[in-house]
This record gives sequence, structure tokens and C-alpha cells, in this order.
Amino acid sequence: MLSENGRGATVEETGMAELRGIYILWYREVLRLRRDRPRLVASLGAPLLFLVVFGFGLSRPMGTLVAGINFTQFLFPGIIGMTVLMSALMSGMSVVWEREMGFLKEVLVSPLSRRAVVLGKALGGSTLAIFQGVVLLILSPFLEVKIPLLSLLWLLLLLFLIAFALSSLGVLIASRTHTMEGFQVIMNLVIMPLVFLSGIFFPLTGLPGWLSVVVTINPLTYGVDAIRRIILGPAVPSVVWLQHPVGLGEDILVIGLLTLIVTGLAIWSFSRQE
Amino acid sequence: MPHIIEAEHLVKKFGAVIAVKDVSFHMETGEVFGFLGPNGAGKTTTINMLCTLVKPTSGRALVCGYDVVKEPNKVRHCLALVFQEPTLDERMTALDNLRFHAFVYNLPPKLAKQRIEEVLRMVELWERRYNLVRTFSGGMKRRLELARGLLHHPQVLFLDEPTLGLDPQTRVRMWEYVHELRQREKMTVFLTTHYMDEAENADRIAIIDAGTIIALGSPETLKEKVGGDLISLETEDDDKAIQELALKFNIQAVKDRNGLKFEVAHANTFIPQLTSSLSMPVRSLSLRRPTLEDVFIKLTGKDLREEELSGADALREWARRHGRRDRHG
Repeated sequence: MLSENGRGATVEETGMAELRGIYILWYREVLRLRRDRPRLVASLGAPLLFLVVFGFGLSRPMGTLVAGINFTQFLFPGIIGMTVLMSALMSGMSVVWEREMGFLKEVLVSPLSRRAVVLGKALGGSTLAIFQGVVLLILSPFLEVKIPLLSLLWLLLLLFLIAFALSSLGVLIASRTHTMEGFQVIMNLVIMPLVFLSGIFFPLTGLPGWLSVVVTINPLTYGVDAIRRIILGPAVPSVVWLQHPVGLGEDILVIGLLTLIVTGLAIWSFSRQE
Repeated sequence: MPHIIEAEHLVKKFGAVIAVKDVSFHMETGEVFGFLGPNGAGKTTTINMLCTLVKPTSGRALVCGYDVVKEPNKVRHCLALVFQEPTLDERMTALDNLRFHAFVYNLPPKLAKQRIEEVLRMVELWERRYNLVRTFSGGMKRRLELARGLLHHPQVLFLDEPTLGLDPQTRVRMWEYVHELRQREKMTVFLTTHYMDEAENADRIAIIDAGTIIALGSPETLKEKVGGDLISLETEDDDKAIQELALKFNIQAVKDRNGLKFEVAHANTFIPQLTSSLSMPVRSLSLRRPTLEDVFIKLTGKDLREEELSGADALREWARRHGRRDRHG
């Protein structure tokens, strides 16, 4: 339903306005990325460094983990996961930055709904994160990792789900923190441990008891595990739930739930008026 | 048509601090309504409540007929804000900022293009449209912000200290454009300021101090409250002059740093009588028409500018802003 309000602008009350809102906020993030190519290139530096230092440096002493998979190959999906997780989370920082700069006010007094703002932001963050993950995938031939085309498609969907959950988490944190420093503190104290304890650097079997518990309750574990399963196949050692080895299906279920909960929380938190 | 803005008993508390206590007023369509008061009087908080950025602790407000708490999205559609602090995206170009705004307010592409050029030319930034806002000076940013606010031809335009940091030329141009739009589009303007000359642009003014409206009316009505012309007098013996004024003319004179001050209804007939009846020599004598500042002093016993410079108030203002930022939702 469209109705003229007499000033040239149309007032929409349907889902269309919502979609337009999501689109423009997503577009703005993408536009900013296109303008900021150096940052895009620089953001790939860390994952490459990890891959080279840990992968090639530790590959020989670590030997073969599972039949046919060496440590570098094992690490590769983990690094992709880490890149996507971190990049998506950091997108929340732009909300804090916009608050400090003042631009957030322009968004908040505009007719955009709070829900559209959160979803648009999360989509923008996901786009960047997936892009970085995909760039890293180009390395797969050099590591002698073969990914079938169909798996690649699944992988993209999975990466999107993970990126969306973590971007929403970034927005959720940003809706409660009001300085860049505050955001950094939460990132370092809460998020970094979660990311590093999600099995990026180590297999999920034979861990000491306490670590095994932490890894099992950390939802990010299942995201990293799912990426690894799609890229390296089902031979990868998995988390065990009461003697039941967790497969791709359970992984995706956990990530899906996480996405729903975190996105819901982000919208709720962002919508609360002072 | 009911009032375009109606505020009833608005109250806002930030913890123990009462920023706004019991503010009620209404605005007619097409008028320029001014909020005049010192920093920290509650002007910005009131605006934030009206434009749905801050939820009132109690009370009710309707903007364009919609309740600001129950139907915030409808309220947001009909208003535009030009804030004290910049709210531009500095990493984007001037044009991108306006395009974003046009899209968000749902302007059809053709109209958006035409209006963007119109407003950018108005604020003389058309030549700079492809530059990043980061490279703009403070004055340019404010001009761009005003241009953006006017882009969707809002029904109500909120101007929060709009000309802070603008050069006189741009100020004049800005007001010309606001008045023009006001006539053409029946736009209502809500203005907050602590500049007296700027408040003169308003049809009606509410004088606000310590969170309450202490007077409301047209600038002329308000000035009549002062009671006539203002006379400043300096004599050889000011204390004795106060006594004589009270005795002979029944006038209550006030002492300030330059001598005595008082009001009379008709200064041109009063002055000849005065000089002949005072016993001490007069050093200097001047008279002037009352300004809104005099109204403020008369009503509160304070100087607007003194208030501005007082350290405690500056601190309170800082705390208020800081608090507002930290609790932002």
C-alpha cells in the first residue's frame, strides 16, 4: 500500500519499507568497503600469517592427524572459520563508531525500523566476512585440498549463516557499548577466547577434560567443525555428545539456533528506547 | 486540524537529575516556535523526546497527530532534525549522504535527484558534492546537514542550535530558505537557541529555565513583560539616587556594575523630569528598547551569558550529555 503524504515522499506501511531499509543499510556497508580497498587487503594478512606460521611451521612435527590429512590441511578450514568469525564480529564496531561520529542519530530518527537497521548491518558485515572467506578458499589448490562444486555451494551457505550470527552478535555488543575501547575490551575478554577455543587450531578428540567441556559448550565450535567437515570430509574427529559423535546435521542445527537467538537479541536490544 | 505538536506534562529524569520537569505547550501548523534558555535548561532533552530519541519518564506528546511513544515510526516520517552535533557520515561524499537520506525517506529517484541539486545549491556545496565529508570545515558540515534535513520537505523541522558555528552570511541565507520553505510547504519549525537575535525569528517563544517553561508568547508580548523602556543611569552617588527614585517616582532601581538600571513606560517624557529632580550630578544616562535577554533576566534574575560561563553549570551540562550518550539505546 502506497499513499502520498503530499510532500513527494510516499509512506509505506508494508514489508516493502522494511526490505528497502535493510537494502540501503547493506548497500552502505558495501559501498564503504569498495571505498576502503586497502583495509580489505590488510584484513587478509593475519589469516595468511597464521596459516604459514602454524601450518607450515608445525606440519612436520605434528605429522598426519587423520589418514590423508596433514596439519596444514587440517588448519586451513579453521583459519577460514576464524577469518569469517572475526571479520563478522568486528563489523559491530562500525555501529559504535557511527554512534561516536553521530551518524547513528541520523539513522535512529529516520523512519527505518530498528529491525531493518540490525538486519541491514548484519547483512553488510556478513558480506565482508564471506568475501574474505572466499578469497582464502582460492588457496585450496596450493594445499592439495579438493572441494567439489556442490560442497562449495553448501560451504557458502554455511559461511553465510555463521557470518550472520556473528555480525548480529557484533551489533548486539555494540548496542550495549558506547565507546570503541569498551567494544575492544569485550572482544578481548569474551570473544577472543570463544574464537580460539572453538577447535580452530586443534582436533576435538583427546582433549583434557576441562577443555573438552569448554569446547563442547562453545557454539562456535560447531561452526568451525561444519566448515571442516565440508572441506575435508567426514573423517575429521568430532565433538561427542554423550557418546554420540556430532555430525554435520547437528553442527548446522546449533549454528542455526545461535543465529536465531543472537539476531533476536540484537533486534530487541537495539529497539529499546531510552 | 489539531495542533501539529502537543506536549502535555513532559518529564524526563536521568537517574536523580531532572532534565525536564513538567513541560506543556502546543504548536500551530506553519509557525516558528522557539525554545530559549541557557545551556542545560532542558531544550535538547525536550527535542529528543519529541523526535522519539528519548522516552519521556512521564507525560505525553503528539507530533503530527501521532504519539511519540506508541507510534514512533510515523512521527519520524514527518520530521527532520538538524542537531547541534554533526550526524553526517564523514567517510562518504556529500552526495552519498544526501542519497542515503533520500532513499531512507522514500523519495522517488527523479524527485530525489532534483531536490538534492536544489538543496546543495542552496547551501553552496554543489561544487563539493563528490568530496568526502571528512574534508569539510565545521561550517560546511552544518550547511550540508541543514540541506539534508530539508531534503524530504518535512512537516516539522527541528533546529537544535542551528547556527552554532555558522558565519553571519550563511545564517541569513539559511533563515531565508527556512522561511521560504515554510511558506511554500507549510512547514513548522521548532527552534532551540540561546542567541537572542536568532530567537527573534520565532513567531512564539517559550523561555525555559531549569527544566520548566517560565514564559510563553510572541517576542513582542514577552518584551512587554519588561514593562517599557530600559534606562541605565550613572550618578555621583548611586545609593542616594536609588532612594530618591523610590521616593519621587516610586521606581525600584537595581544596581549593577555600571550603575543603576530601571524601567519606565515612556522614557522620552520621563528623562527631562528625572534630570531636573535628582539632587546629585548625573554622569551618564542611556535608554534602550527591551530585548529578549532583558525578559530572561527579569524572569529568572540571571543573565543568559553568566549562566553559560558558570563552571558548575558547564560541568552539569557535560555530565548530562555524557549520561545521555551512555544510556543511549
